[in-house]
Amino acid sequence: MALFNALLELADDHLVLGHRLSEWCGHAPMLEEDLAMPNMALDLIGTARVLYDHAGKVEGQGRDEDALAYLRGEREYRNCLLVERENGDFAVTMLRQLYFAAFMEPYWQAGLDSSDEVIKGVAGKAVKEMAYHIRHAGEWVIRLGDGTEESAARMRDAVEELHCFTEELFEEGAAEGVDALPSRAAIRPIWQATIVRIFAEAGLSMPEAVYPQTGGRSGQHNEVLGHMLAEMQSLHRAHPGAVW
Amino acid sequence: MYSQGLIGADGSTEETQDFLDAFQKRIDAEEKIEPNDAMPEGYRKTLVRQIGQHAHSEIVGMLPEGNWITRAPSLRRKAALLAKVQDEGGHGLYLYSAAETLGVSREQMTEELLSGKAKYSSIFNYPTLSWADIGIIGWLVDGAAIMNQIPLCRCSYGPYARAMIRVCKEESFHQRQGYEIVMYLARGTEAQREMVQDALNRWWWPSLMMFGPHDADSAHSEQSMEWKIKRFSNDALRQKFIDATVPQAEFLGLTLPDPDLKWNAEKGGYDHGDIDWEEFWRVVKGNGVMNRDRIKARKKAWDDGAWVREAALAHADKRAARKQAAE
Repeated sequence: MALFNALLELADDHLVLGHRLSEWCGHAPMLEEDLAMPNMALDLIGTARVLYDHAGKVEGQGRDEDALAYLRGEREYRNCLLVERENGDFAVTMLRQLYFAAFMEPYWQAGLDSSDEVIKGVAGKAVKEMAYHIRHAGEWVIRLGDGTEESAARMRDAVEELHCFTEELFEEGAAEGVDALPSRAAIRPIWQATIVRIFAEAGLSMPEAVYPQTGGRSGQHNEVLGHMLAEMQSLHRAHPGAVW
Repeated sequence: MYSQGLIGADGSTEETQDFLDAFQKRIDAEEKIEPNDAMPEGYRKTLVRQIGQHAHSEIVGMLPEGNWITRAPSLRRKAALLAKVQDEGGHGLYLYSAAETLGVSREQMTEELLSGKAKYSSIFNYPTLSWADIGIIGWLVDGAAIMNQIPLCRCSYGPYARAMIRVCKEESFHQRQGYEIVMYLARGTEAQREMVQDALNRWWWPSLMMFGPHDADSAHSEQSMEWKIKRFSNDALRQKFIDATVPQAEFLGLTLPDPDLKWNAEKGGYDHGDIDWEEFWRVVKGNGVMNRDRIKARKKAWDDGAWVREAALAHADKRAARKQAAE
């Protein structure tokens, strides 16, 4: 059960963030980003699908990826709070992406040695994807931080808004004691180094210790997740048992 | 996604007869015209207009389908729709690039779209009201686009023709994907069957209008045909589309909303009822139910993104200056 719950946490992180990115599709600041953000969303949703499928099999109750994604409410979702944050402006979206990818890239690096074949497989693909998410989002954080007065101010606001949600990334959560999954706490120094490097180039300062906001791993979310799920699940739930 | 039935193209041109004859000779010999080749101003203008409209259609076309990304009923459908809408954006990008080879910038074209000066395919001024619309758009709207775009792969202007080859491959994938969505719905629950019939009822006539006015009323078609920008007439393509689509609908047990649709053995094709051209022109002129919302959404994305684009330029300048200072 611990593995099932730990897989759900991971899958929920990926689906929720993928969904958030997909909300941008058709509304991005430039055409190139209208292509880039769906691309990253597709990576994340693709990873979520494999993880849900695996979780369903581990659970052995016959739940497939859609049952897990569409038929759990917000109190049952186990994603971290960072990924459910609303898109805000482009600075918030890119910083959120950087924070997450800077965590997931070393996480999947560690996952390459997993004893679980599915995790190992996911890691092999996701590690490359997360590396380019860091590059893409990181370059934007630098451009915006170093761009105009307005963009620098927006970037600072984004840090102010999101930084308190980063601590939760390092909570072991349901994965505590699950050998097949990497330790989250061990990722901290690598994450820290990536962010410090990018912030330095962006002219941003690392915030002083802020009070960490956590709770996602036990289903204590912010108000925003319920709205997201209400939209995402509406059609699926309106037609119980239908095949699409 | 599409742009047959180019609206309001001005093919007027002022070159000497000798120049025009020599150009026509190249066209008639099926030579490709390339960006640096001499070309009549009317040819250039027609292409800028057509490729621009086509690009805008791809971009505006992201909106009606994007409307269902966040509500797609399964993860598989969500991923496929997202990828599909992303493809449309990609088509917009190649097409803007193709138009740029004719000396017009993407920014200029975007401004013309936002000011209402440039048109885009009217089909996107209809709303997507249910999930079934996503299937129907793939099947019919992309299906109609393919009918139009396959001949564009042989368009006389090289960059446009080459862009169309990849676009057509992707569109044909989209069409099959749309048809697959429709197939699941048509074989699904009663509610799903009702949903898909309703969507078909709403999209059938607008899809036929995508081919543009009847040949007799199509103002600039003749010159475009002569220049081999366009290879088939609006009515010929529309007929081909109907003939291909009727058996597909029958296979699914769906009814096309045209009581006059019947097989005409003599012509070897289907006869169909009258198209409501009043509706067509009303939507073209900006009075479709979604015209205002579509442009408003594009304008909002453009305006909200202005600070991002400015920041990117400012950073690039600073970076270049720092590099120079270091050298």
